[in-house]
Order: sequence, then structure tokens, then C-alpha cells
Amino acid sequence: MAPPPDHRRPIKRAAISDQQRRREVALRLQADRRSDAQNRARQLASSVLSLGPEPETEPEVEPEQEMSDASGQLAGRTDLDPVRAARLRGPEVRRWFARQLMLPEWMVDVPPSLDRDWYVLPRPSGKRCFVVSSNGTTISRLRNGSILHRFPSNLPNGARTKDVSGPASSYSILDCIFHEPDETYYVIDMVCWRGYSLYDCTAEFRFFWLNSKLSETGASDPPSQYHRYRFNVVQIYECNLAGLQASYSGQVPYVKDGLLFFNKHAHYQAGNTPLALVWKDNVCSQYVLDTDSKGQIPSQQQVVLELQNDGNLTTSDDPPVALGSLSRDLIAQSGLRVGNLVRVAIRDDYMRLVDGKLDLGKLQLVGKTNHSRAFADTYSKVLFQHAARHAPLRIEDLVASIQSISSTDKSQASDVEMEG
Amino acid sequence: MAMEITQALLAAQSPDTQTRTAAEASLKQFQEQNLPQFLLSLSVELSNDQKPPESRRLAGIILKNSLDAKDSARKEYLTQQWVSVDPSIKFQIKESLLRTLGSSVAEARHTSSQVIAKVASIEIPRKEWQDLIGKLLGNATQTFAPGFLKQATLETLGYVCEEVAPQDLEQDQVNAILTAVVQGMTSAEPNSDVRLAAIRALYNALDFAQQNFENPVERNFIMKVVCETAVSKESAEIRQAAFECFVAIASIYYDYLEPYMQTLFNLTAEAVRGDEEQVALQAIEFWSTLAEEEMERQDDCVALDELNSPVLHFHFIDKALESLVPMLLETLLKQEEDQDQDDTVWNLSMAGGTCLGLVSKTVGDKVVPLVMPFVERNIAKADWHSREAATFAFGSILEGPSVEKLSPLARSGFEFLLSAMKDQNSHVRDTTAWTLGRLFELVHRPASGDPIVNEKNLPGIMTVLLESIRDVPNVAEKVCGALYFLAQGYEDAGPASKALTPYYESVIAALLSTADRVDVSNVRLRASAYETLNEVVRCSYAPETLNTTAQLLQEIIRRVIQTVELQVVSSDDKEKQSDLQALLCGVLQVIIQKLGSSEGKSVILQAADQMMMVFLRVFGCRSSTVHEEAMLAIGALAYVTGADFAKYMSEFYRFLEMGLTNFEEYQVCSISVGVVGDICRALDDKILPYCDGIMTILLKDLSNAMLNRSVKPPIFSCFGDIALALGEKFDKYLPYAAPMMQSASEMCMHLDTTDDDMVEYINQMRRGIFEAYSGMLQGFKNSNSEIMIPYARSLVQFIEAVFKDNSSDDLVTKAAVAALGDVADALGGDVKVLLANTSFYNELLSECLLSEDYTLKETAEWAHTLIQHALQS
Repeated sequence: MAPPPDHRRPIKRAAISDQQRRREVALRLQADRRSDAQNRARQLASSVLSLGPEPETEPEVEPEQEMSDASGQLAGRTDLDPVRAARLRGPEVRRWFARQLMLPEWMVDVPPSLDRDWYVLPRPSGKRCFVVSSNGTTISRLRNGSILHRFPSNLPNGARTKDVSGPASSYSILDCIFHEPDETYYVIDMVCWRGYSLYDCTAEFRFFWLNSKLSETGASDPPSQYHRYRFNVVQIYECNLAGLQASYSGQVPYVKDGLLFFNKHAHYQAGNTPLALVWKDNVCSQYVLDTDSKGQIPSQQQVVLELQNDGNLTTSDDPPVALGSLSRDLIAQSGLRVGNLVRVAIRDDYMRLVDGKLDLGKLQLVGKTNHSRAFADTYSKVLFQHAARHAPLRIEDLVASIQSISSTDKSQASDVEMEG
Repeated sequence: MAMEITQALLAAQSPDTQTRTAAEASLKQFQEQNLPQFLLSLSVELSNDQKPPESRRLAGIILKNSLDAKDSARKEYLTQQWVSVDPSIKFQIKESLLRTLGSSVAEARHTSSQVIAKVASIEIPRKEWQDLIGKLLGNATQTFAPGFLKQATLETLGYVCEEVAPQDLEQDQVNAILTAVVQGMTSAEPNSDVRLAAIRALYNALDFAQQNFENPVERNFIMKVVCETAVSKESAEIRQAAFECFVAIASIYYDYLEPYMQTLFNLTAEAVRGDEEQVALQAIEFWSTLAEEEMERQDDCVALDELNSPVLHFHFIDKALESLVPMLLETLLKQEEDQDQDDTVWNLSMAGGTCLGLVSKTVGDKVVPLVMPFVERNIAKADWHSREAATFAFGSILEGPSVEKLSPLARSGFEFLLSAMKDQNSHVRDTTAWTLGRLFELVHRPASGDPIVNEKNLPGIMTVLLESIRDVPNVAEKVCGALYFLAQGYEDAGPASKALTPYYESVIAALLSTADRVDVSNVRLRASAYETLNEVVRCSYAPETLNTTAQLLQEIIRRVIQTVELQVVSSDDKEKQSDLQALLCGVLQVIIQKLGSSEGKSVILQAADQMMMVFLRVFGCRSSTVHEEAMLAIGALAYVTGADFAKYMSEFYRFLEMGLTNFEEYQVCSISVGVVGDICRALDDKILPYCDGIMTILLKDLSNAMLNRSVKPPIFSCFGDIALALGEKFDKYLPYAAPMMQSASEMCMHLDTTDDDMVEYINQMRRGIFEAYSGMLQGFKNSNSEIMIPYARSLVQFIEAVFKDNSSDDLVTKAAVAALGDVADALGGDVKVLLANTSFYNELLSECLLSEDYTLKETAEWAHTLIQHALQS
């Protein structure tokens, strides 16, 4: 019998051509890898996932009030080079990683235009971490770079499911707090979404993107086989009276630990920044005053500082601020080495401001710090802790600041109207 | 010479080599010395009834080959050559061709009509030989013209219509042709050869009849005449040609079919049930074509919905379903003996099953209740024809209906199908295995809540498949297909793919021994076995199959070495060796990808030296070309080894070069270009020592007119890969690469955008060029971005041109937007000058921000941020 018409494929003839499939797979992989390489060069912070092997043992984790402290002597370098970072191994990974989170300063006085330029949100207590989803898996890393969880999720490319829109290799990075009691990641910022960096976007845009994008993915769905943990967005408020009140005394489904403030116009800046602030009091946090290594609140304020080779003790700010010093004898006696983090107690009566700078006077060495601790305290934290013990910045002060701003605003606004 | 050419033409067909060679030489000499006279002599030879048929035949062939060639460059050369022949000689040639149509020798008439059509294909678009149609029609409509002249003339009209495009003929010419053709078809025409030539000419002329089909009176008349011809009693050939016309009308003039559908149904049903096979096949083809047309229209309806442009869709298949399906089911019972030995066989049963498959895809669920009673009635009958037809019917309707509709049937049918794998008749086993494969391909969804294959029935399925893979070769091949699709279901299924782990080793063993079978009358079996092996490896659950896959890797390496050591004597041996190496390198590629992306990476790294050695030996088996599959595998290997690939470069480089310069097998060239990209990403700037060579070849490739154009866009993308890898060290190539990109951009702006293939090509080109710019901008960004300033302006202009031309697709737009962002990223404040007097980029970005494609939207958002940043700096 004659063969079938040219274009008609008999139904029983095998449709598979594995060679064609291999070609296509190779082409697709090449295209993916090309766009990967280009995106890496575009500094999309996409290298975070490929940062070498994970540490074998998970370091001990400190409670959040220390983890989220504004600190980090390595912070401040924001012109990261992810291409190079992708090749880092071992401890370098953790150090590189530690530099990537935006760390709020402690609020020691109220910034101007709080209600116009700022957002406020009730901060969940828990472990601050970066969550990265890519290539069918999701990984959360703590601030010290160690892996908290590796799991499937509904985040883009966060699980090996068939439903993948877009290249599997594109990354998403969220700034989260993992809240143990309900095993939920509370998302406080969005750093990268489907391969596109939001580092250079304003907080206003990032929060808008966060709220509109996260809900599209089903990441807030209850846990299931391909979605181990739930992701919730923390309610973000305009920092006006209503917003401040809602975040301060409103009910939230998690244990609250103070308030976070974000300047609307600020980009996501790795390291310490005064454009994000943390504030707390006894009403909105269980951990206002720092605890010592035994978990007790000491009678005298204690601070953690880094020992420099000149014997000075410095904060983790960039540049570091020296708050005092130890004598060579004491250093020799206690077996301390340069770079060690030491816990010191301050005597209130010795502490004073000299020429606008804090001087802690005579320092009393308490001991070396917990091994897993990576960073000294920041200057703003020392100040905040000091104020908390003596003359705290109260919620009333924040409210008053907003009220005074809004009254000025109103008069200005009505002026303009009359002129118009 | 006129006297001698007969002798030369005869001698050129002599069995004696010496005589033949001498004659060919003298013909060639004549052709080169005086082409016009040569062509004229040939046409005279062809027209002269006194000459022997052999010399006339060869004269016709040489004439045809002097006017047309498959290769487009050669065809253009021949066209120009004909155009430049002296008009008076061309006139004489054409006259003698027309004269030949009246020859009493059928073969000469036939050859002449083909040559006339070739001349027409050159002259009519140039508005020459405008009286050709008139002269032909004069012949055809002469009342007392001999039948054979009419027949030859109608045949010529058909060929002319086939050769020229509809816009090249005037409407009155078309009308006259159709009138003559239709007149030739009517029963008033006594000569059946004339009627056959007329209906075949109509088939070719249908493309020209747009206006005639728009007019109801003319359309009715044409349809009426074709319908009459379809029931003509004279010959099956005439009826077959009439049904071929219906097939063409179904796809060209679907919009006008509605009033004729009842008649067409009756005609096709009668033909399918009672006419000769060649006619019945065309009648089935009518419905297959209609189903395809309606599927396409369904897609268009969805796509064009928002544009508010109505697409006519009459749901003919749906409306005819209750009569159509039983008609098709009957054909399934008309199998031929031994048809299972050849899957490409085309007979009533195969055409019917194929049509039933298309109908199912068109109407979905509705087909199921119409087919299942037939399946149930026949599946257990004593006659194998009934059992095979029942299974074939079931297998044919598995694509189209919903998984929900089919799953219960699949579930209850499994056991029966598995037992039918032991049917005494091999046709039944063949079709059963094929049906199982279709079930796995189309209905099996392991990720769904209630998959048809589950832990309960999987052991039984595997037992049967592993047994039946040892059946006769054609059944074994279908079993491979079933295993292929069963495995494919678990691709990306995560832990669900653990289900196959217990069988992993035994399936691999069975496939390897199937590949080794010596009773392979079926050439596809070995390939199917290895290709199935690939899929089984790809879809396995990596954490549990690592060790077995690592062992398989060693086994495959061993097999490749065996092929290298094979005794190769004949070219047939060589081809077999090469085919087998292709299959084995394919398996290696899949294993590299599988293990390289998982915990098994160290296995690949350990075996990398060994594999590279094997690939180099495979390359060594050929002298002039490189092996495509080995090349693909090397690309995958480079990605896994990363910078360590550097140590292979000195050995591998010459083969890479060979691949990059392989113009004849452009797929090989294209894959080699891709591998350069893989190596760039693996080596970064360590690729520098090889870049002088690579860049030189790539630049030459771009200017090579013989190289298949599809390779050129990837070459531009590859420039981007190299630039990104080298960073600032790309500077020495920039003065050569950038002008290529600029001239290619300009070429893109001037290409014909009415041709779909061309538009596709232009878009690939644009993407390639944008990717090249992106790679360079990013590569120079950190150290020497000023070097890109002179080229950035033409990039921005190109982006603007692409934006303003609306033929680009989303992928191009995305690449354009990304390149725009890269300009801002790399050049920073220097961008201000480039964007100073233009605002197109704002429109472009705003348009993209409204896109439904989220990646495009987000690329635009990213680019927007960078541009704002740069403009404010």
C-alpha cells in the first residue's frame, strides 16, 4: 500500500525522538545557564544558594534579641561581588553571608518626619534569616551563614513540582524571622524575586512587591507535602498614629518583640543602617533589657565588645567605635586574644558623654562570650540599653513626635491651599 | 549540431562507460559554448516525433535541469541564465514546447508540460509569456481538439498553477482556467484521461480560486462538479482525485463548507464503506484534515478572543460525531496480515485509527461513550481482528478526553491489557503494548491524588513489561515505549519517583540486554532500548539510585570503548559504529546531567578523565567531522567539572574547531557553538588562550553564505558568553565583533517580515544580538566600561527599532529590555547623553510593565530602576 500523505503521521508510529529531546534539553540548559551567568553579573545576589557545602554541624543559635542586633564588624561593604562570592567555601561563606542582611540600628531618638517617611511593623520574635528558593528547593540561613532549614515550599522554584513558570534557576530571596511556636516564616522584607534584585528599590516598592507577589505563589498556604513551612507577611503600617497604635498594642498571631521602622525611601542596604530602626519597651517585648550568658538580667548593664590589638574594646560599627580599653596585664591574665568578643559590665556612675561621644569609663571584665556569637554590640545598642535602664524613649515620646509633625503638616497644607 | 545532438543524447545513456563519458563531455562542451543554441536544440529534439523516445526523454530532463534546481542559490543562477537568453531564441524554444503538447507520444507530452511549467515559473512573475494561458486554453477548449492534446494541456495548466503564486495571475486568467478545467471535468467530456487531467488541474488551481469561492454561484458550481466527479463510475483514480480536492477545500475554504457538509458526509461515508482503498483513504483524510482545521481554529478562537476578531468555527466534527465514529470504527476491522511489522503502513485500519485520534483531540470527552461499546463488544472475540481493533480503538482515543474521564476506564482496563500481552496473536500484543504506552504517556499522573499506576498495580505492570520486552522485536519496541512513558510520568515528581526505585536495576538490565539482541529485524529496537534507558535514568529518584547509575556509567563507557575497537571495513560498518556511538554518548550525556546536578557529582568528577578519553576516541573514529552526540555530552561534562575542564582543552580544542567549521552538518556546528558557551562558563578567563582561534572561526562562520542561517543567532549569543567570561580581556575582539553585531542589526531591519519563517529567524537574530551586547556590557562593567560607549548608541537605536517594529515576540522584548538595563548598569551617568533626545524607552518600559508575562514585567521593573538610578547620578 502507498505510504501516508506527507504530513500525516500514523498514530501508531513512535512519536518520541530522544535525540531531539536531548538537543532540546541541552539548549534549554545552555539558555538557562547563560541567563544565570548574566544575572549573576547583574548582581542579582543569585549566588547565595550556590555557596559551597553547608556546615556539618549547626552552630548554637542565640535568642533573637541578640541575633537581630544591629552589629557586624564585617558589615558596611555593600558593593558585593556575587560572582566571586559564588566560589567561596566554608567559613568564608558564612562571613560573606553575614554581610548581606540589612541590620536596623536601635532607636535612641525619634527621627524627623516619622509619620511621613516611615513604616512601622510589629516585629515577630524568632530567628532572623535569609530564605532563598531556587532550583526546586528552599534554604533558610541564619545571620551567621549556617543553614536553618532545607525544605520544599511554594515560593518560586521552591519545590520540585511540575508547575514551574519561568526558569528553574531563578532565585528569590526573602528576609524573614522564623517563629518557632507556630513554625512560620514571617517575611519582613523582599530582597530578590524570581531572579530580579530588589536591593536597589525603595522600601515602599519592596513592600508593595512583597505584598502583591507573595500572595500569588501560595506561600501563605498551610504546610503540605511540597510546602513544609507557611510564610506570612507581617502587617506593615504607615507610621501615623493609627499605624503606630495598631502595631504597638494590636493583636498579632506571634510573640511580638518590639517594633521595626523602615524609611520608605531607603534601599535594601546590607549591614547597619539608620534607615531601619528597632525600638521596644516592656509592653511590646519580653526582652527589653539584655540578658547575660545565663539568661538573667544583670544588675549592671553588660555589653559585648571586640578586643583590638591596641587593647581597645570596640563596637561592631563600621568604622568601629572604641568604648574603653583593657590593660595589657589584664589581657595577659585572662588569656584573651585580638578579635575575641568580651562581655564587660559598666558602672553607671562612670558612664558619660564626652564631646558627644560615649565614654564607658572603667570597664569590668565579665568574661568571653558564647562561642557561637559572631559580632560585638553596636554603638546604638549600647546607647539604647543604657537609656532603657535610666531614661527610656517611651511610646509617648513617639506619639508626641508624630502629633507635632502632623500639626505642622496641617498648617503647611492649609497655607498651600489658600495660596492656590 | 542539430543532427549530432540525437547521437550524443543516446550515447550519453550507453552502458559503455567510455562512450558515455565522451558523450557527456561533448554535451557539456556544447552547453558551455552556446547555451541558447543548446537549449533550442534540446527543445527541438523533444518536439520531434521522428526522434527516438530515449533521446527525447534525456533532452527533456536536461531542459528541466537547466531551469530549476532544489538548491536555492543554484535555482537563482539558472533563473538569471534563462532570463539573459536572447528573446527570439526563447520564443522558438517555447513554441516548440507548446507544439510538443500535441505530440502523439504520451511521454513527450508529459515532459513538455513539466518544462513549460518551469519556464512559466520564471517568466510569469516577471510579467512575461502573458499569452501562455490564452494559448493553453485555446488548445483545451477547441471543440475538435484531439483528446490527448486536451489532456496534456490541462495537465500543463495544473503544473503552471503549482509553480506560480496566486498573485502572479490576473483574476480573468484564473476565471478562464477554472472554466476550462471544470468543463473538462463534466460528464459531457467523453475522454476519461481528459477528465482525470482536469480534476488534477483543479486540485492545483484551488489556491487561485479565492474570489470564485467567495461567490456563491461559482462556488456551488465548482462543488457540484467535484461531487459528481467523486461518484464517477469510470475509474478509481478520478474519484480519488476528486476526494483529494475535497481535502484541499476543507483546509483552504473551511469558511464556506457549511452548506455542503451533509452531502460531503454521505459521499465520504459511501467511499469509506464501499469504494476501493485508494478512494476510501482520501475520504478518511477529508475528516482528518477537517479535525485538524477545527483544532487550529479552536486555538485561534482562544488566542484571538481579546482582539474581537471572529474565527469561524462550525464544529463539524462535533455535529457529525455520532455517525462519523461508527464509520471510523468499522475501518479498524480491516487490518492487513503482517501489518504489525511496519508502523508506517498506511491502510484503512491505520488511517481510521489516526483519524479517530484526531477526532478525539477535537471533541474530547464526547468521543468516549461512542467508542467504549465497540471496545467491550470486540475485545474478547475469537477473531484476532476484533481483539486488535478493540484495543486499537481504545488506544486511539486516549488523547483529548480528560484524565478524569479516562482514569476509571484505564484502571478497570489495566488487568485485561496486561493479560492481553500474552495473547497468541502478535498484532494484538503489539497494539496492546502500544496502548499501555499511550496510557502511561497521556493518562498517568503520579503527582495527582489518585494516579492510575499505584503501589498496588505497579508490581504486576513491571512483571509483564519485563517479560514482554523479550517478545518479538516489534512488540519489544512498543514495550520500550511503554517503559519510556511510564518513567516520564515521574519526571520532576520528587519523592513520588521513589516508586520506580525497586525496579531500577532490573529495568536497566532488561534494556541493556534488549539493546544487545541479535534478532533485530527491527532497526529501531536498539535505539528504543537506549532511548528508554535515558528516560529511566533521567526520571529516577536520585538519592536512591546513585550507586546503580554510577555502575551504569562504567558499563556504558565499556560499551563505547568496544565500538571504538570494532573492526570497521565497509561504509556500512562505519555507519553502524557511528549510530551506536551516538546512542551511547546520548546515555553518557544523560548520566552526566543526572549525577552532575545531585549528590552524584563526585562520581562524574572521578570518571571525567575516563569519559573525556572515550569522547576523544569517538572523535578519532572519523576524519572530517565530529560526532554531534559526543559534543553534546562534552558540553554537559564541562558544566559539571567547571574550571577543571581546562586540562582537557589542549586535546579537545582541535575537535571543537572541527565542529565549529562543519558547515555541511549545521546541527553539529550549532551544537559546537553551544559547547563554546558551556566551556566559557566553566573556564571563565582561562578560556583566553583558545579565544583567538574560536573568535576567528565564529567571525568567519558569520560571513559564510553556505552556513545554514539557523546557526548565526547562537553565534551572537556565544559572543556574549565569551565576553562575559573574559571580562576586560575581550577588548581585543570587540573591534571585530561589534561591527558584526551592528551590521546584523541593520540587516534585521530590512528583512521581509511577511514571511513567518523569516520573522522567526529575525527574532532569533535579535535575541542573539541583544545577548551579545548584554554579555559585553556586563563583562566590561567593572573595569573598562567606557570602551562600550561607542557601541552603546547603536544598541540603543537597535532597541528603539525593534520596539517600533511590532513583529518581535516577548522573548526578544525581554532581551531588549535587559540589554537596556545593562547599558544603564554598565555606563551609569554616561547613559544620559544616549537617552537625551528620546523617550521611547519610557514607552517600552511602560508597555512591558503592563505585560501579563511576569518575567518581562519584572525585567522591565529592574531596568527601570537602573535607568532612573543612572539618570539621577
